[in-house]
Formats: sequence, C-alpha cells, structure tokens
Amino acid sequence: MGRKIAFLGLLTSLAVIFGYIDMLLPVFSGIPGVKLGLANLAVIIVLYQYGWKEAGAVSLVRIFVVGFLFGNLFGILYSLAGAFFSLAAMAFLKKRKGFSMAGVSMAGGVFHNIGQLLAAMAVVENINLVYYFPVLLVSGLLTGVCIGAAAWEVWKRIGKETE
Amino acid sequence: MITKKDIVLAGCILAAAIVLWVMLRFNGNEEGSYARITIDGELYGVYSLAKDQEIHIGDTNICRIESGQVKMIQADCPDQLCIRQQAAGKEGETIVCLPNKVVIEVTEREEDTVQTP
Repeated sequence: MGRKIAFLGLLTSLAVIFGYIDMLLPVFSGIPGVKLGLANLAVIIVLYQYGWKEAGAVSLVRIFVVGFLFGNLFGILYSLAGAFFSLAAMAFLKKRKGFSMAGVSMAGGVFHNIGQLLAAMAVVENINLVYYFPVLLVSGLLTGVCIGAAAWEVWKRIGKETE
Repeated sequence: MITKKDIVLAGCILAAAIVLWVMLRFNGNEEGSYARITIDGELYGVYSLAKDQEIHIGDTNICRIESGQVKMIQADCPDQLCIRQQAAGKEGETIVCLPNKVVIEVTEREEDTVQTP
C-alpha cells in the first residue's frame, strides 16, 4: 500500500511537470490544441500498473494543479473533457486484447483531442470548429503513438515490479 | 510491439480523418464573408460580401454583391452559363465562367487561397 501511494505520488508529480513542459513547448502547426501530450506518459503507466481509477485520479490531480498554477479555468475545462475521453478510450482498448501500449496511447491521444474540441465547440458555440477535426485526429494519432512507444520503453524497465 | 490491431485502428482513424476532411472541404455551408475572384488562376481581388457593390472583372465580366451574396450579372461569353448560376453566399460556393476562366469563390477568411492546377 505504501509502495502504491509513493508510486502514484511520484507519477502524479511527473504528470504535473510534463503538463507544464507541454504548455511551454511551441505549439505545432499554429492550431490551438495540438500538443505532445507528455502528461499521458505518466497516466498510461499508471493505467497499466494499477487501473483506470488510479489513472483517473492522477489525471485529475494533474489537471487541477497545472490548471491553477499555470493556466486558467477554461484550460481546466478543456483538459477535463480531453482527459475524460482519453482515459475512457484507453481503458476500453486496454481491456480488449490485441492492442499494444502504442495503440492504446494512440486512441488516448485521438480521443483527448476529440473531447477538447467538443468542449471548445460547446464553449464558443461555433460549429465551424469541426474544420479542425481532421487535423486534430491525425495529430492525436501521431503524438499518441510517440507517447505510447516511450511509455512502453519505460514500462519494460519498471513496470509491475513495484507491486 | 506494434500489433496488427494497432495498425487497423490507426488506419480507421486516418480514414475517418480523410473522410471528414473531404466532407468539410466540399460541403461547407457556412455563410462566407468574402468573394475571392481569380482569373486563370491568378488572384484578381478579394471583396467583402458585407458591402454592396458591382465589380468589373477585367473587361469581360461584371458581378454584383448584394445582401451578402455575389452574382454574375454580365459576361461577354456566348453561353452565359455563369449568369444563370445561383447567387453564391455560402462558404465554398463558387461561380465559374469557364470561357473567361473567371472563378468567384466565397470564403470565410480574406487570406484563403484557392488551389489551382
């Protein structure tokens, strides 16, 4: 139990740092919302190590800490929507056999962007934002695969042993 | 480590993105703000649809902007097909005068570019 709390605390702080770095990195292609999603690195490892509840908790703490420290209320709203969709998709795919970490993370990235865009559409009440969907789908796919591959390398070395 | 299902999933997402892109590209029905006029692929001018005006396009065509819509009202070509085209006011709608290679395209933003082969 102590190990688990220590592990989750470590991963949560990692997620916070990653979330902050993500905000600092230049935005690609000039489209708002295209980010690397580094924080998902920590979230997906927790998802594999313990499960969706723990991953959700890490995600939630990360969003509020990053949001209040560096962002604003709207940022938190978008992040929550993205994280909810992302984690739901990842947990679903992980339950189904045959997807690697990269595949799970890919779905996470794509659904994160879908969730954020839906939230943005609801906020600005502008259906025109659907024009961003294709590019956000592709960017979510690419970043998701990268993050998933990186998470896999980490997982191979430290995964499950901490039990 | 990449499995077959990963690749299938990636393919599905890509396909969805492409289908969406195509649908949005050719099915835009939002109100546009600008009429972008090109002659033979060269930009002739961009005009706001908010301001009623008549535009002489070269010395071959005349179009009129009225209540947010643009319509071709005069052309020196024999077929006069462009005159019969409906007034365009929604994003992506176009009026084409093929003999004079005049294209009027309704766009959302002023800087939108037109793909010309």
